[in-house]
Amino acid sequence: MIETKGLSKQYGAVSALDNIDLKIKSGEVTVILGGSGSGKTTLLRLLAGLESPTSGSIMFADEDLAKINKKRLYELRLRVGMLFQYSALLNSLTVYENVAFPLNEHTKLDKEVIHTMVMMKLEQVGLRGFEEMMPSQLSGGMAKRVAFARALAMDPQVVFFDEPTSGLDPISAGVISSLIHETTVKTRMTSVVVTHDVQAGLDIADHVILLWQGEVIAEGKSNTIKNSDDPRVQQFIEGRPNGPIPFSRSQTAYIDDLTHKPGCVRLD
Amino acid sequence: MVAFIGQIGRNVIHAVAKLGDATLFALATLRLLFSPPWQGKHFVMQLYAVGVGSLIIIIITGAFTGMVLALQGYHMLVKVGTEALLGPAVALSLIRELGPVLAALMFVGRAGSSITAEIGIMRVTEQMDALEMMAVNPQARVMLTRIIACAIALPLLVGIFDVVGLFAGYLIGVEMLGVNSGVYIGETIDKIGLNDVYAGLTKSIYFGLLVGIICTYMGQRATPTTEGVAKATTQAVMICSVMVLILDYIITSFYL
Repeated sequence: MIETKGLSKQYGAVSALDNIDLKIKSGEVTVILGGSGSGKTTLLRLLAGLESPTSGSIMFADEDLAKINKKRLYELRLRVGMLFQYSALLNSLTVYENVAFPLNEHTKLDKEVIHTMVMMKLEQVGLRGFEEMMPSQLSGGMAKRVAFARALAMDPQVVFFDEPTSGLDPISAGVISSLIHETTVKTRMTSVVVTHDVQAGLDIADHVILLWQGEVIAEGKSNTIKNSDDPRVQQFIEGRPNGPIPFSRSQTAYIDDLTHKPGCVRLD
Repeated sequence: MVAFIGQIGRNVIHAVAKLGDATLFALATLRLLFSPPWQGKHFVMQLYAVGVGSLIIIIITGAFTGMVLALQGYHMLVKVGTEALLGPAVALSLIRELGPVLAALMFVGRAGSSITAEIGIMRVTEQMDALEMMAVNPQARVMLTRIIACAIALPLLVGIFDVVGLFAGYLIGVEMLGVNSGVYIGETIDKIGLNDVYAGLTKSIYFGLLVGIICTYMGQRATPTTEGVAKATTQAVMICSVMVLILDYIITSFYL
């Protein structure tokens, strides 16, 4: 469904992603795991065509997103949905208007048909009855579910999820995770989930990609990742502060910096 | 000294780069005016938001400007026995200068700042990206509609400002200070030409376009943080206000 080859992204001198080759299969949940700053959100934004790569290709339905024009990109986006980290609901519109937005923009369907479709999507995420509320009146979990309903409005082939469970209580996070899994199975859509919630990610994934410092360090089914003998993978999965992945980004310890200052004497 | 000159040079380069970026942004956005999908409904909504939303402050400012012009003007003109010219003095000041400039400054504070803040917040909360992902071009839907709304709303608001100001000036000059009503109106009609109205109108169209471009640009380029949006809003108001005054001088010099 989606394939990248030699995908790299640089922001000035900083390399966010380096030479990423990956395949995202149709009808599966692909989870991209990684710590903060590992490049997973950058990767998702590149796959969604929200950013352009510095080099490499992103093939979506046999077309390279890096080479197509804006008009074609918008045509392809009619087949894609996205749930953003902070929901990104249009805050001047009601819940109903948010979910109906893509349908009103891109279809000439009758108002009653749109109404039925919106109600079906809201029912799917358990929010029928909340259609007149404004985004500011919703809890974080409810806002994510409305955004999910909006992402599904056009019955997309692919849905991208950026940190779908971050900032949610365990129950709301569980609801979102099971919604992603159930919807993928029922509709046979392709889901690409970026998260640092290891357990939720491994639970719903058909395929896992683990990123570290802009590179893929492990890839495979959940069990393959869980049983990996790569110490970086094990440290990340177990959430250990000590290991090959440094907790601190400083090159040297502060005490060493102080010791090397002229006139400083270390007393220990 | 070298460091000081270097800093000035860096600031100048930064300012020129920003100006270039803003110009490219404006051209890219205005070009969308000629390509579908047309944003008619959304433009009308923006016109209502920036126009009707600014009406009260424009009426109040217009009224008090007209009143103070009449009051000040009368006490100066009466000293040289030319209080009959109070009508044209008030009208000329309002139509050619104070109407467009003061209305534009009020418009910047009321509508321009809210445009920058709104676009900045839309960026912080990823609403711009959400529009992109729903195959809606935010540059056309959000930026263009607001720029064109500003360019059309401001001349209309200036018209209202002038009418309210003229009426308020008349009330003070004729009803309170005792200038003859016929003389006041007759001298005003006699001394005000269509050129004066065109000058005011031209200024207000340019001011509206300028405010729309600067405020949308500042919102679009705001650092996507709470502090970044606040800073961009303040800067937008400041830059717009200064640019309105500079542009006013330039346009005035052409019309004299």
